[in-house]
Amino acid sequence: MKTKEWLIEKTLLLMALSAVAMLALIAIFVFIEGTPIMAREGLGHFLLGRKWAPTKGSFGIFPMIVGSVWVTIGALVIAGPLGLACAVFLVEIAPRKVADIVRPAIQLLAGIPSVVYGFVGIVVLVPLIREHLGGPGLSVLAASIILGVMVLPTVISISQDALEAVPRTYKEGALALGCTHWQAITRVILPAARPGITVAIVLGLGRAIGETMAVIMVVGNAVKVPAGLLDPARTLTSNIALEMAYAGGDHREALFATGVVLFMFIMLLNSLAALRFGRRRPSP
Amino acid sequence: MRPDPALARDQDLDSPRRDQDLAVPNGGAMAEHKAEMAREPKVRVEGLSVFYGGVQALKSVDLPVHANEILGITGPSGSGKTTLLRMVNRLNDRVRACRHEGRVYLDGREIYDPQEDVILLRRRVGMVFALPTPLPKSIFENVVYAPRIAGMRDRRKLEERAERALRGAILWDEVKDRLDDSALALSGGQQQRLCIARTLAQEPEVVMLDEPCSGLDPISTLKIEQALDSLKATYTIVLVSHNVQQAARATDRTAFLLMGELVEWRPTAEMFTNPRDPRTADFLEGRFG
Amino acid sequence: MKRLNPEVTQRIATVCLWAAAGLALSVLAYIIILVLAKGLPVLTPHFLLASPERMGRAGGIFPTIVGSLALTLVALVVATPLGVGTAVYLTEYTQPGRLAAVIRFGVDCLAGVPSIIFGLFGFIFFVIRLGMGWSVLSGGLTLAVMILPTIIRTAEEAIRAVPGSYREASFSAGATSWQTITRVVLPAALPGVVTGIVLAIGRSIGETAAVIFTAGTALRLPTSLFASSRTMAVHFYILAREGLSMPRAYGTAAVLIILILLINTAANALMVRFRARTQ
Repeated sequence: MKTKEWLIEKTLLLMALSAVAMLALIAIFVFIEGTPIMAREGLGHFLLGRKWAPTKGSFGIFPMIVGSVWVTIGALVIAGPLGLACAVFLVEIAPRKVADIVRPAIQLLAGIPSVVYGFVGIVVLVPLIREHLGGPGLSVLAASIILGVMVLPTVISISQDALEAVPRTYKEGALALGCTHWQAITRVILPAARPGITVAIVLGLGRAIGETMAVIMVVGNAVKVPAGLLDPARTLTSNIALEMAYAGGDHREALFATGVVLFMFIMLLNSLAALRFGRRRPSP
Repeated sequence: MRPDPALARDQDLDSPRRDQDLAVPNGGAMAEHKAEMAREPKVRVEGLSVFYGGVQALKSVDLPVHANEILGITGPSGSGKTTLLRMVNRLNDRVRACRHEGRVYLDGREIYDPQEDVILLRRRVGMVFALPTPLPKSIFENVVYAPRIAGMRDRRKLEERAERALRGAILWDEVKDRLDDSALALSGGQQQRLCIARTLAQEPEVVMLDEPCSGLDPISTLKIEQALDSLKATYTIVLVSHNVQQAARATDRTAFLLMGELVEWRPTAEMFTNPRDPRTADFLEGRFG
Repeated sequence: MKRLNPEVTQRIATVCLWAAAGLALSVLAYIIILVLAKGLPVLTPHFLLASPERMGRAGGIFPTIVGSLALTLVALVVATPLGVGTAVYLTEYTQPGRLAAVIRFGVDCLAGVPSIIFGLFGFIFFVIRLGMGWSVLSGGLTLAVMILPTIIRTAEEAIRAVPGSYREASFSAGATSWQTITRVVLPAALPGVVTGIVLAIGRSIGETAAVIFTAGTALRLPTSLFASSRTMAVHFYILAREGLSMPRAYGTAAVLIILILLINTAANALMVRFRARTQ
């Protein structure tokens, strides 16, 4: 009996380590494939080079880094305020029945495949931008809007948790002092929930920068630093996905190197989020 | 007039030679009785101190529990009653912050000895919690939970075991026609008797009940007390209660705990009519707790 | 500058918040209605059960449905035991400490890894290094790594929600940890665990970037674990991006959306049942 229990515990431990092991494997393999070319080309050249002509031996991913940063910031400009507003609505304003409809709807928004978002972008949003705002339509703006909608559920659900974690007594105290409900929200509840809301934004950033298929379909994928919102651009993710199918040799390595840069961005954001979470969680 | 020889022998045995007699437990009927009284108690707690992190919950408690008695443990909330019970079936092993000094014996064997099997110990020492803890299963599956995990598979035997346990907990007549219903659908009082039945079905030697009536109405309480009284013949029972009346009604001896300290333990009638310690008197008169 | 009366601010703010929620809902409704309105007419039995012809310009999507199911099945078979095992270990066997923190950090990071990175990893590891080629197995295993965090997190949450009294009652009856877990804790947590699995199915079916470089894009019906296979999502992407057939793209999108709707409804229903049971 005791050996059996011991065996079970160790088996479960091994299983529990699988997630960490997978993360390590991913990091190791992507780095093994991607770092040699960074070393050969020189990190500065690779990150800051503006010329991406992999078949001719030019590997500069600066335009893609800028593209990713643009669309990510654009997405957050949309999803940040809107998501936070929805979260406040769900926690503070919505009557129970309305919340019971909105909550699963937001979940559903998270479940819609990214290719469907991209598709709706192509058939609706891109023509709309082309006709009313000019440019090719396939643009940073289109990608930002689509991504904004896609990361909305992330921002909403984590902000919502943060808002719900604020003790009810804070709000009651504020109301008892004669604040309006809105004053209680802006002066007491939101400040108290700020660490959690920051985490929501950071994780939203992570999702936006990592999104691939929807972005490919609407961002235009031109390898140049975008000059404005209506210009097409190419992101790190779309760079990988577009060329992976036919890449070989140095070219493939360069795409893995793009993956390394993306991975570093993501790990940085995750660590930020984890630090914030860590501070919020009471230590046992 | 010649003295009755048998009587003479009895008197003889009752004389100052008793210590010697006790050393030879097979020396006649009376000697057996004596041996009974002085025999190793069923459960013996010796110098037991318990700490949760930096907080001391029990302070060097010494307490024997004799076979086939109902021992009541009473005292105000937070006095360590539940902790004492949880130490006897080693349920506190699961609490990482919990640490103890002193010893606990079951039939003379130290239960915290590394050689002892905690699973077997828990089968021998059953426990009923303050709030009913039915498992989310049918009534039948609740009752036969312990025999099943102990490996009993035969349906007939399980049914027998279930019926006996449910009768013991005075629940059989109420549930015999719906054994496959969910246990969660029973009333609070029925759930608690179901938990008693579940404990009985594991055929323990000691049954510990932690305020089993705390959430129940007077009628359910009465039923549970009746059940306890009929169980005394078979089991050794430890009943924790901060309800003084219940302790007075249902127990043979009572121990009084206060802030982790065992103030006194004596036959219930004696303690209630004539407490030795002023703190006991205060408690019995309702001055705290 | 004159400050607005707090009561007026309150009213304006409330209207804005309602509008924000309304906007989110209408975007969702718009997407669903658009796809269904143009896609449902395409959804005939022939479309669902026939093979594509001329690269998908005509015919149906049957092999891609099978491909999606096969990949999802492989992913679940691998990720469910690993995920539930991890959750059990985290909740029942460890105390809060460094090991648990490391595992949890790993799970959180894995959850944040973008699907294209999973695609890169699956390609270099399963397809190239382990020599599995573009196949159902490579794609399924890549998806398994991707959905692992979802299953771990929901299972962990569900197991934590099981009342401690169940465990204490079980241990008091002389059960071992394993008996307690298999006979009491997991059955009680089951609806929550299943919710996670259902959500993971949703992610697997909708995923494109992680499978396009691991399962490949072959349009044949996959006949073995080592056959290359195109999933519905990949097929839809290719149809839409290469402009092969808009009606068929809408039809495939409609199938995806309907599946996601069903999956979400199921997950919600399960969650409601679970909450009712544990409260």
